[in-house]
Amino acid sequence: MRYALMIYADPGYLEKLSDAEREAARADYFALADDDRYVGAAQLQPAETATCVRVAGGRTLMTDGPFADTKEVLGGFCLIEAADLDEAAELAARIPAVRFGGTVEIRPVEIRPVEIRPVARP
Amino acid sequence: MLEEAFRDEWGRVVASLVGFLGDFDRAEEAAQEAFAVAARRWPVTGVPDKPGAWLVTTARNRAIDRLRRERALAGKMHLLAAPEATVDEVDDTLIRDERLELIFTCCHPALPLDGQVALTLRALGGLNTAEIARAFLVSEETMKRRLTRAKAKIKAAGIPFSVPGAHLLPDRLDAVLAVLYLIYNEGYGGRVDLGAEAIRLGRVLAALVPGEPEALGLLALMLIHHARRRARFTGPDGADGADSADGADGADGEDLVLLDDQDRSLWDSRQIAEGRAVLDRAIALGGRGAYVVQAAIASLQTRERVDWPQVAELYRRLADLTGSAVVELNRAVALAQAGDPAAALRAVDRLDLDGYLYFHSTRGELLRRLGRDAEAEAAYRRALELAVSPPERRFLTRRLEQL
Repeated sequence: MRYALMIYADPGYLEKLSDAEREAARADYFALADDDRYVGAAQLQPAETATCVRVAGGRTLMTDGPFADTKEVLGGFCLIEAADLDEAAELAARIPAVRFGGTVEIRPVEIRPVEIRPVARP
Repeated sequence: MLEEAFRDEWGRVVASLVGFLGDFDRAEEAAQEAFAVAARRWPVTGVPDKPGAWLVTTARNRAIDRLRRERALAGKMHLLAAPEATVDEVDDTLIRDERLELIFTCCHPALPLDGQVALTLRALGGLNTAEIARAFLVSEETMKRRLTRAKAKIKAAGIPFSVPGAHLLPDRLDAVLAVLYLIYNEGYGGRVDLGAEAIRLGRVLAALVPGEPEALGLLALMLIHHARRRARFTGPDGADGADSADGADGADGEDLVLLDDQDRSLWDSRQIAEGRAVLDRAIALGGRGAYVVQAAIASLQTRERVDWPQVAELYRRLADLTGSAVVELNRAVALAQAGDPAAALRAVDRLDLDGYLYFHSTRGELLRRLGRDAEAEAAYRRALELAVSPPERRFLTRRLEQL
């Protein structure tokens, strides 16, 4: 199954770490990225750069800031391929942010069945 | 007697079907069909030699039939390739017992606790939705939604149907034990005797993980407590009123009877003996965990002469394990019973349990014994403010009158 691991953390947590801790966190992260079950990931820029968009009455409204104004913010996400939720949780627990008080929300990714069409031959 | 056989086989049949089909709803549906066939047939043909195997095979065949009818479900087609077994050739020993997998799925920490409890009672215990709803005093509709949500999450989130690996097992087993104990403690509430149900599940679990002392500890604890249920309340209906399923939580007219005053002839001595035997096995396995210690306390409390200093010592050990202030309160009660109410009061006064009824009732009792009636009265009054159930209120009112 494919899962999204959404990483919520206190935005400043990386700066508060010592150099050695930061280095260890990087190493852990690279180890995770080398795992066969790792599909992809993205680190997000700080929440101050966020913009929310809504459409009301045909008009597009933009507001400054993240969707939810909370202490812990969505800082990035990983996509992984795991056999089940327990395996996904084990991978989630290896994300360095978790060690420093962060939370990872695990969400199964909707996979739509692919319709197989005959390939048109010239 | 048919119903008895059904209840005993339900969990095994559902477990085997969930393992086979990978889907709770389909598993339950197929199991229900098989049980319906059995209910029609068995009274005529007699119960087959291997009722479990018969039910599993029949249910599997029904499920395969249904899948054939719903060929659109392309993802399950591989199941149809399995040769269809006939009932005669199936041997009980060929049907693997998958109830342990089922328990761990039902009690998975990714499910909400109320969902874990409901699903365990439904899938493993064989209670129907209406029975579970009654036991938890919610509407059938609410319980149905709770079960549906839990099953949907198992499927969507990929909660595994497996026994957790060694590194996860201790935590997951704790979660299972917590669910069973919760079911036990909810007992006496509704019409369904959840206490007996929790014991049944506890026996199943203890048999499935025979090397786990805490599973035995919990079973022993439940057995010994359950053995005293008829002596715990009394009232106009007499002691039997306490055993009637719907009135046992001390409904109007029934009164709380403290351990000291309980009529021991109402205790189920066979069940106490069984509980002690189970406890001995847990201790022989090296069990020193929270359930084993609680069972040991319960066992000591059912002795002809209670060794209160020993009970206090066990509560101390339990407090170390759990860090619970309520356990400390119980330790204090044991100290008082051992003859030292002053030490008990000192221990109680260190606790931060102001919103807890039994904190104040215990203080009242200790102050009364120490002859400090004015303070005792204040404590009992505070307890009465917090008491909700009629028997507790009557008990406290009597204590106040006696001062």
